[in-house]
Amino acid sequence: MDELNVNTDRILPARFIKKPREPGYQDFCFHDVRLDEDGKERPEFILNQAKYRDAQFIIGNTNFACGSSREGAVYTLQDFGLKAVIAPSFGDIFASNAVKNGFVPIRLPEDVCAALRHSLSEANDPSITVDLENQTVTGPGGEEHSFEIEPFQKHCILNGLGEIALTLQEIDKIDEFDEAFREEFPWLYG
Amino acid sequence: MSDQKTIFEKIWNRHVVTTRKDGADLLYIDRLLSQENTFHAFAKIRAEGHAVRSPSQVFCFADHYVPTEPEARAKGLDGVKNPEIRAMVEIITKDAEEFGIQLFGLGDIRQGILHVVGPEQGISQPGMIIAGADSHTSTHGALGAFAFGVGSSESAHVLATQALWRQKPKTMRIDVSGALPFGVSSKDVILAIIGKVGAGGAVGHVIEYTGEAIRAMNVEQRMTVCNMSIEAGARAGLITPDEKVIEYVKGRPFAPKPEDFDKVANWWRTLASDDSAAYDQEVSLDATDIAPMVTWGNSPEDVVAITDVVPDPAQEPDANRRAKLERAISYMDLIPGTPMTEIAVDQVFIGSCTNGRIEDFRDAAEVVKGRKVTVPALAVPATGLVKKQAEDEGLDKILLEAGFEWREPGCSMCVGINGDDLRPGQRSASTSNRNFEGRQGRGSRTHLVSPSMAAAAAVTGHLTDVRKLKEA
Repeated sequence: MDELNVNTDRILPARFIKKPREPGYQDFCFHDVRLDEDGKERPEFILNQAKYRDAQFIIGNTNFACGSSREGAVYTLQDFGLKAVIAPSFGDIFASNAVKNGFVPIRLPEDVCAALRHSLSEANDPSITVDLENQTVTGPGGEEHSFEIEPFQKHCILNGLGEIALTLQEIDKIDEFDEAFREEFPWLYG
Repeated sequence: MSDQKTIFEKIWNRHVVTTRKDGADLLYIDRLLSQENTFHAFAKIRAEGHAVRSPSQVFCFADHYVPTEPEARAKGLDGVKNPEIRAMVEIITKDAEEFGIQLFGLGDIRQGILHVVGPEQGISQPGMIIAGADSHTSTHGALGAFAFGVGSSESAHVLATQALWRQKPKTMRIDVSGALPFGVSSKDVILAIIGKVGAGGAVGHVIEYTGEAIRAMNVEQRMTVCNMSIEAGARAGLITPDEKVIEYVKGRPFAPKPEDFDKVANWWRTLASDDSAAYDQEVSLDATDIAPMVTWGNSPEDVVAITDVVPDPAQEPDANRRAKLERAISYMDLIPGTPMTEIAVDQVFIGSCTNGRIEDFRDAAEVVKGRKVTVPALAVPATGLVKKQAEDEGLDKILLEAGFEWREPGCSMCVGINGDDLRPGQRSASTSNRNFEGRQGRGSRTHLVSPSMAAAAAVTGHLTDVRKLKEA
């Protein structure tokens, strides 16, 4: 998907935000660019093409998933069957949302993403492998690219850890901070 | 390391609860602002069995889904005809009640768009860290706060812990020197900035806006600038608080009490960025070069001066960018080389968290006074109190006489999920913040402009250089 600045309105049109996350949530994914006004698939949209229908990864372009903070954009990509997005850069809010849901925003340089997109389009069986443990993406020709991810985020994703429960282990520190803050800035607390 | 710090670093450092081994800081969050779309967050803490740690630091707003037609609003919740939309307003009302959170809901004169109610009520203040369940939370940076948007998971995290983990973002200074020319507003300044920086140019950065043009703006004009920081990809945007900000906050309902105020204000004065503080990136613009701006494409970076023409993709050497331009020109149904002023519009919208404040309606009224609109035009004050003030000043009469509809407060046609939207193929001149495909309803075509430019388009029926109407 080589478009620049793909926004979260495109991934999950605003009218679907109010929907509960239940079976069928995948239908909203890229809804208005994937389907025409009659609900028929648009053949030019990449995820409708035979080769990419069952894609598990999107190789995107710069500033992927910019715009609105809607976390449903992550939910619908996941429910559509996608496991991760690889792009040169991401909208900051989307990247935070993605990690919380175990959906990995993988950052690779622009030229690497472009080369991956090109080699996938040339390959008969377009497949890549993402190894989160070893932080590598292997392209269709076997070429390997390393990516960076914060160790803590990787640990949480690999172990399916919930962040709130982990932070609550620090609750004494929050209490202590809160107490001092309350003394210094009492007006903050209403 | 230099002891010279930016305002952003000062606010950040003051809020660090603890630091993780990987360098992430646990930041104390002073305020969480929440809207209807955050229902997943409340569901999450309920499912995981967490309490809301500090309900008095959380504020809920019914704004995205509320209808704006006066007849519908007179009936309260019953006026929301679509059951799915009504459910969204009901859910936030119930969540706020269950957890003891202050709600600005239907029937409350203070109700309105979260990013306008927050400053108006004194909820957002200098020196704070504010998390908001909406990407335009950057608006509150105009008061000298570090304010940013979060999704549902992080909203739930703040509800349960009053804190968030963050790696420190980079900083970018955007300096706007000189004075704004005649007919040029703060909206034109931020559109010009986004045009220069690009929609992804500030990803990973917190922007600090500085310079003569920014200092000369009043607090609400600064909100328009900070509001659209996210459209340049920034994590947040903020401005050092000066005496204008201190005066602005003073006496508001949730502001520090009079007996504390001087002490607090003295602390706010210490937040200013130090003279030799360093930034990771610096950008500068000269305000005297800025003209009234208008977007032509589907990203806020697709912006030109109103005196310019629709760009020609053939002139773009980069293949990805050329494809983006071609796609936008096709979606927007434009012909390269067409003067922007020849583009006819079907609808005008004045409102939103970007431009729904009192002086936005003053600007619009000044343009339409004694004139008539030639296309349907909506004026939607951002809050009940903005609406009341506009009515006290007689602005509603001027707008109504010109043929505008005068609505009840809400997000309205900025987001097209509450009943106010465009039909497929319709084109608007809109004071909102996003011109994405389908943003104002499926198939809608949006041109972003300032309030006075929107008013000018309403009068002529096409995109118009407001300076010509003002001179007439």
